[in-house]
Amino acid sequence: MNNIATMLLQRISLGLLTLFIVSLIIFLGVSMLPGDAAQAILGQAATPDTVAALRKQLGLDLPAHLRYINWLGGILQGDFGTSIGNGREISEVIGIRFANTIFLAAFAACISIPLSLLLGILAALYRNSIYDRTVNVVTLSSISTPEFFVAYILILFVSVKAGWFPSLSNIQGETGFLERLNKTFLPAVTLTLVSVAYMMRMTRAAIINLLSQSYIEMATLKGIRNPRIIIRHALPNAWAPIVNVIVLNLAYLIVGVVVVEVVFVYPGLGQLLVDAVQRRDMPVVQACCLIFAVTYVTLNLIADILSILTNPRLLHPK
Amino acid sequence: MTTPAPPLENLPNVADTLQITRAQRILRGLWTAPLSAKLGLLIILVYVFVALFAPWIAPFGESEIVGKKYLPWGEEYFLGTDNLGRDMLTRLVYGARNTVGIALVTTVYAFVLGGTLGIIAAVLGGWIDQLLSRMVDVLMAIPALIFAMLLLSIFGTSVLSLILIIGLLDATRIFRITRAVSLNVVVMDFVEAARLRGEKLAWITLREILPSISAPLAAEFGIRFCFVFLTISALSFLGLGIQPPTADWGSMVRDTADLITFEDYTPLIPAAAIALLTIGVNFVVDWFLHQTSGLKDEL
Repeated sequence: MNNIATMLLQRISLGLLTLFIVSLIIFLGVSMLPGDAAQAILGQAATPDTVAALRKQLGLDLPAHLRYINWLGGILQGDFGTSIGNGREISEVIGIRFANTIFLAAFAACISIPLSLLLGILAALYRNSIYDRTVNVVTLSSISTPEFFVAYILILFVSVKAGWFPSLSNIQGETGFLERLNKTFLPAVTLTLVSVAYMMRMTRAAIINLLSQSYIEMATLKGIRNPRIIIRHALPNAWAPIVNVIVLNLAYLIVGVVVVEVVFVYPGLGQLLVDAVQRRDMPVVQACCLIFAVTYVTLNLIADILSILTNPRLLHPK
Repeated sequence: MTTPAPPLENLPNVADTLQITRAQRILRGLWTAPLSAKLGLLIILVYVFVALFAPWIAPFGESEIVGKKYLPWGEEYFLGTDNLGRDMLTRLVYGARNTVGIALVTTVYAFVLGGTLGIIAAVLGGWIDQLLSRMVDVLMAIPALIFAMLLLSIFGTSVLSLILIIGLLDATRIFRITRAVSLNVVVMDFVEAARLRGEKLAWITLREILPSISAPLAAEFGIRFCFVFLTISALSFLGLGIQPPTADWGSMVRDTADLITFEDYTPLIPAAAIALLTIGVNFVVDWFLHQTSGLKDEL
């Protein structure tokens, strides 16, 4: 057990270090820009005195390392600063936006995870069959497809022609759960279609890799039936790769929402980021990038931790 | 590497024989290739043809306004016109040149950068390897699209910064794979022999290592190209990539997206152009990977 604890500790400290460096990159990258928030808020016409005053008020006259500490400290307390675009507190908007994004990603995950695990395991069991080859071609194609292509095809056929689901996901705070599901259905299906292929291929590779191990061959040679081999022999070792696939896919979903959110005008974090990049509203860009990066790094970290925890070789040391 | 040794009596014609067998082998490979790979090759050839001869194929000028906005498909404007009254077919043809061209330049740049550093890290090892690998780890910890958007908002959205940023982010992936495959080769006996022979590091890299890793890198080039192409298209679709008036498929989808609510297929066409090319390249890469890994098994 001691062994596992050390490994976990190592992974977690490495993850924290990564998070620290990521936040540093996001902060330093933006502070390299000519001009700063004070200049941007007041515009070109402002006198140097007023700019200096605002800079002092915002704490922008401090040296870079103090500003970084202030910025990070503020974020840890839930204060992301003020938007240059509309002068509002970023934390007012960003919480709801992030919750919306999580809702969409979770919805998509609920459809895509069971589906891709099933397809992947089947493809691995019946590899080189017609089913496997068809699935291979179909998933190769769907990996190669841009998200907006899938999204507009769905909008055209499911929404505009058939009229089953709305093509705009303009959900708001008071939108009820069922209506919310209805309005988020198409974005969720788009995400599912784009991510299933990837996840399914990873599942297939993990299982095939496992089934080619000699202890599985041994079990087959002993005359054990297929279902028992899979449940008793393959599955305990398969949890690690499968859990890994799932968590990595969640990370992929949360980041992959950007394009889908824009297509469906879904009020999530991705759309906020795209708007902010277009307006060069740097505090918002920083906040969004940081949240995306932290989520991504954390999920990857969780994937690592889970694969350590589900590894039978580590759980039952000799 | 896999060319059969020529018969002894033909020694003066070694070069010819090699060329013929190689050409024959490629032809035979193509002939026996699965349907998907042939289809992929055909798609790529058509795209290259359209990109090369765009000005002769396109009926109008690249950003020429030829008629009213959103004209329907018809005789004069085969695919109708876009939100500014530019001919869709013309822009689609020029898009082959711009979108694919920019993606290709970016991929080549990413390969030169990531490949060189990857080989250097593998050959030299030590602290250089550590430094480069840790830097790449950090860059890869941030999701590529998000990082690209952060950098684009800092450096502004021009074609040059687009190429440099996407290329840099993609070079991290290429660095990893180049380093990994080179590490396998560096420990081989023939590299050791070359070292003992007293060959210079550059010679070892170019003559011993590079030929051995060219097959996996060629497949990787196809995969990375698709990835870069899709990223650039996504960014252009978001309005952060290739900027108007340059004809580009991602921004064409964005410009005509409103038409979708009128049951008009127009926005789907540039999107399909993107999808078709990536599917084609992926089919060829898939076949190529199968081929090269199969050959390895034979040896």
